[in-house]
Amino acid sequence: MTTAPLIEARDLTKTYVTSEPYTAVKGIDFEVRPGEAFGVLGANGAGKSSTMRMIACVSPVTSGTLRILGMDAARDGERIRARLGVVPQDDTLDTELTVRENLLIYGRYFGIPWKALRERCDQLLAFSRLEDKGSQAVSTLSGGMRRRLTIARALINQPEILLLDEPTTGLDPQARHLLWERLFQLKEDGVTLLLTTHYMDEAEQLCDRLVVMDAGKIVAEGSPADLIERHSTREVLELRFAAHERQLMIDKCAGVTERVEVLPDRLVLYTGDGESTLAAVHALGVRPAGAFVRRSTLEDVFLTLTGRSLVE
Amino acid sequence: MSELTLRPGRAFSMVERNLLIYRHTWPVLLAEIFEPMMYLLAFGVGIGVLVGNVPGLADTTVSFPRFVAPALLATAAMNGAMNETTFNMYAKLATEKTYQAILTTPMSSRAVALGEVTWALLRGTIVSTTFLVAVSLIGLTGTWTALLVVPAALLIGATFASLGLVVVTLLRSWQDTQLIQLVMLPMFLFSTTFFPLSVYPKPVQWLVEALPLYHSIELVRACFLGTGWRHALIAIAYLVVLGLAALLVAVRRLDRTLRT
Ligand SMILES: Nc1ncnc2c1ncn2[C@@H]1O[C@H](COP(=O)(O)OP(=O)(O)O)[C@@H](O)[C@H]1O
Ligand SMILES: [Mg+2]
Repeated sequence: MTTAPLIEARDLTKTYVTSEPYTAVKGIDFEVRPGEAFGVLGANGAGKSSTMRMIACVSPVTSGTLRILGMDAARDGERIRARLGVVPQDDTLDTELTVRENLLIYGRYFGIPWKALRERCDQLLAFSRLEDKGSQAVSTLSGGMRRRLTIARALINQPEILLLDEPTTGLDPQARHLLWERLFQLKEDGVTLLLTTHYMDEAEQLCDRLVVMDAGKIVAEGSPADLIERHSTREVLELRFAAHERQLMIDKCAGVTERVEVLPDRLVLYTGDGESTLAAVHALGVRPAGAFVRRSTLEDVFLTLTGRSLVE
Repeated sequence: MSELTLRPGRAFSMVERNLLIYRHTWPVLLAEIFEPMMYLLAFGVGIGVLVGNVPGLADTTVSFPRFVAPALLATAAMNGAMNETTFNMYAKLATEKTYQAILTTPMSSRAVALGEVTWALLRGTIVSTTFLVAVSLIGLTGTWTALLVVPAALLIGATFASLGLVVVTLLRSWQDTQLIQLVMLPMFLFSTTFFPLSVYPKPVQWLVEALPLYHSIELVRACFLGTGWRHALIAIAYLVVLGLAALLVAVRRLDRTLRT
């Protein structure tokens, strides 16, 4: 466990110089180790993309230190970028080129010879399940395909680290699962993954370790199981009420469990044992319109830490 | 340090990108060659019949089409280069985010800028060579120095491509691109394209003499007609200095626009 981290951020800060300067990342510390899948979980505007763009060496670091692959992001940007794969939040495929040309020319930006590129292109098209789309215009691809092409493009230089900024946002469930499956494959092949997401299921599925980011700061760090254990209870009881007696019922539930969260659409009770809490609630004369016991998730961790839900 | 080294190889991949695109869209280049040909026919030959030789020139034997042809060629070199680095680049900068994607690779803003200027030059060479061949075929060139028109057009293309790069970093919206037209059209009309400088009153002459297109036209005209070399040297100095200054400013501004 003493391997040197691939990415090491110390007091990393990003301030945008606009008409009124805005600090999007406020002195964060973290390390990404070789071979792991590391996640940054946070709501919109938390500073995830700003962090990712600094790591990709496209956005200058305002202060603090950022070391990637043993080099300094501020000085060695070009050499670092040669060994990274970057999947930005918004698709930035070259719409003037075909699917295959997109991969080819991107490889040329890395200085890869044409001959090697043609071979690599075929492999990547197969990997991203786009074998029969090579000569099509990018605009004819579905959202999931575009995303897979962007990932294929990021892999053209056989990167040691793959950065993925919200890889599945906006995709339907089927497209998401296909993408996750491809990312698992990459991880098996030894590629270090660093991804941001605001989906707790994505973070749970893909990440060995993650940080929870809120308003430019890291508020927790650990494995998904760790975080749930530290910041939530084992189970959760969710109750819904008819509108007219909602407030009355909520008042009655006060104190049933140590922690109760009132959300706009439901009441969330944190408990070690959901069924017995439900029984206790019934005993108090509470008649919920709907009751649901489930395991704690990262969503609950996020709620505990920030007092808000992940997806508004 | 590595950011500072100039890598022609890297910059050239921008040219390769454009070549890939022009495999599909090469007719655009034809349009660019036809435009000055049309002007030449309409104005040069049409008005030429009316005015005969150009008054106010030292050499009174120069026919109007021979006077206008080099000006149209210089203008075509300018337009080709400017279009490439303003309209085309603005789309890639603001709408398509093409450059943002490119900068996630080892490419630098400098390589992107140099690459796009190089492409504008290549394209300009094709256009100006074709135009030169066409006007030679209709007998408008008289001396071997007309061959120098091609390197002259290259210099003009480089200067205006660099100027266009500065302009593109200043644009705030698509509406702003209309301002470019607002400058380019009068410059085209006044830069001794159709009339010699001597027809204007002195103050207007000074203004015209400050325009980069005026010097471009003087340069091409000198090559084309084989006279006015002193002027050509001034023009070369003017274009080189302006182009280099523009390129320096452009690379810095582009880097700041792209790396927020
Ligand atoms: N280029 C920029 N200039 C100014 N402010 C920015 C810029 N990019 C992002 N921001 C601001 O920084 C904050 C964090 O944004 P971002 O890093 O994109 O968060 P996230 O990816 O977590 O949604 C937001 O409030 C956003 O408006
Ligand atoms: Mg984001």
